[in-house]
Amino acid sequence: MDTAVSDIRDTVITVLKTALQKPVTLSDETNIVRDLGLDSVAVMDFVMEIEDRLDISVPLDRIAEVETIGDLVATVSQLKRGA
Amino acid sequence: MPIFDKFDTLRQTYDRFESTGANPFNIAFEKILSPTEALLHGKPVLLLGTNNYLGLTWDEACIARSAAAVQSFGTGTTGSRIANGSYDGHRALEAELADFYGRKHCMIFSTGYQANLGILSTLAGKTDHLILDADSHASIYDGSRLGHAQVVRFRHNDPDDLYKRLRRLDGQPGDKIIVVEGIYSMLGDHAPLREFVQVKNEWGALLIVDEAHSMGVLGETGRGLAEAEGVEGDVDFIIGTFSKSLGGVGGFCVSDMDGFDILRVACRPYMFTASSPPGVIAATSESLKQLRKRPELRHALLHNAHTFYNGLREAGFCTGPEPSPVVSAVMPDPETAMVFWRQLLARGIYVNVSMPPATPNGLTVLRSSVSAAHSDLQIRHAVNSFAAVAQDMGLFAHMQTAGENADLIRAAE
Repeated sequence: MDTAVSDIRDTVITVLKTALQKPVTLSDETNIVRDLGLDSVAVMDFVMEIEDRLDISVPLDRIAEVETIGDLVATVSQLKRGA
Repeated sequence: MPIFDKFDTLRQTYDRFESTGANPFNIAFEKILSPTEALLHGKPVLLLGTNNYLGLTWDEACIARSAAAVQSFGTGTTGSRIANGSYDGHRALEAELADFYGRKHCMIFSTGYQANLGILSTLAGKTDHLILDADSHASIYDGSRLGHAQVVRFRHNDPDDLYKRLRRLDGQPGDKIIVVEGIYSMLGDHAPLREFVQVKNEWGALLIVDEAHSMGVLGETGRGLAEAEGVEGDVDFIIGTFSKSLGGVGGFCVSDMDGFDILRVACRPYMFTASSPPGVIAATSESLKQLRKRPELRHALLHNAHTFYNGLREAGFCTGPEPSPVVSAVMPDPETAMVFWRQLLARGIYVNVSMPPATPNGLTVLRSSVSAAHSDLQIRHAVNSFAAVAQDMGLFAHMQTAGENADLIRAAE
């Protein structure tokens, strides 16, 4: 079962928009902490939504490496392929 | 200096609190008068934010034992137990804790933080997996990060999510170690331990329970949540602290697992730090004895916890989901919390302010911790003061018109 990278990007962006509860423009270059003002716990919480939707677990060290939405899409895609 | 630029946002928040003249993150008491009272700026304040659950910090027997130990063994050990030797008191306290928990092994640490740092980072090796409750204390996160295991978190108090996490790890090599807490320190809720034990057994995982806030509080003899839920046999490691119910400082881990003692020469936060000073060890040993022989302390604590929790609920506050010695009143935002906190202090009541990311679900709370040593009068006075400040600030009117109260209750529960 292969989930395309574009589907994963859609999932990430949908979940993030819901979590933020305000209109934002998001791209691969958006910095999750700096541009969106999420703290470390808020980031881990919104990653949980993505984990649910894609049935994966993202280890905390992998979350810590993520800076941009593009990074997160890449990490999640990799884990999904490995799963 | 540029090296501190990365803290700019934090600095701005801190400076804003500091500029008000009363910063909850920078407060110093001139004198401690009793387990429940201190002097602040020359005025007595009621201590309602000290985790002094059994009020044993001023117990006469504890003080006498501690003073005698300082007279006989000196002020400090000046070194680690591995490099510089243990004192008799360290070994005796380990034996007493093992006996209290009915377990074969006990290791003590210089702080509760280090107990989690040491056990989690050492127990879980490179190929192992740590599965943490999302609302875990910072020491659990830090201990996980210090080691080399893969770390994932599951939704707070959610056995189904824990199940999913273990299922996703099925077939992967290494031990799976689940970490939960007895009572969570921010909202005072407890773990659904029996359900967690079922999941743990189904997947053949190991289970660590941190009883920092539940030791001396829950269970027939005060051993904590595992005792209260009747699942001690299914908990592989219990971690605890001396700095809450026992009124000292330090931490411990007990276990029945053969081979446990090898951790003494593998666990860096145990090996490379000075051991607890004799006065602390002696006081802790005595307070454990008091905890065991005076169940009435626990009963008084729970009575006070229920009275205070129910009092705040009846006054209209949104609190955590269940009564416990940790009672948190949810505030609409950090600014309101700061004003509320200062007004309480002006009325002579000291509580804690807790805000994200230390709290779950983005909540800002005024966190109180109740003690067995509080009198009925003190508890009533505290409830009345909370209610009066809320009234002065028009807090509930604001929260209800904004429709926020229901959201906050959902978030807290």
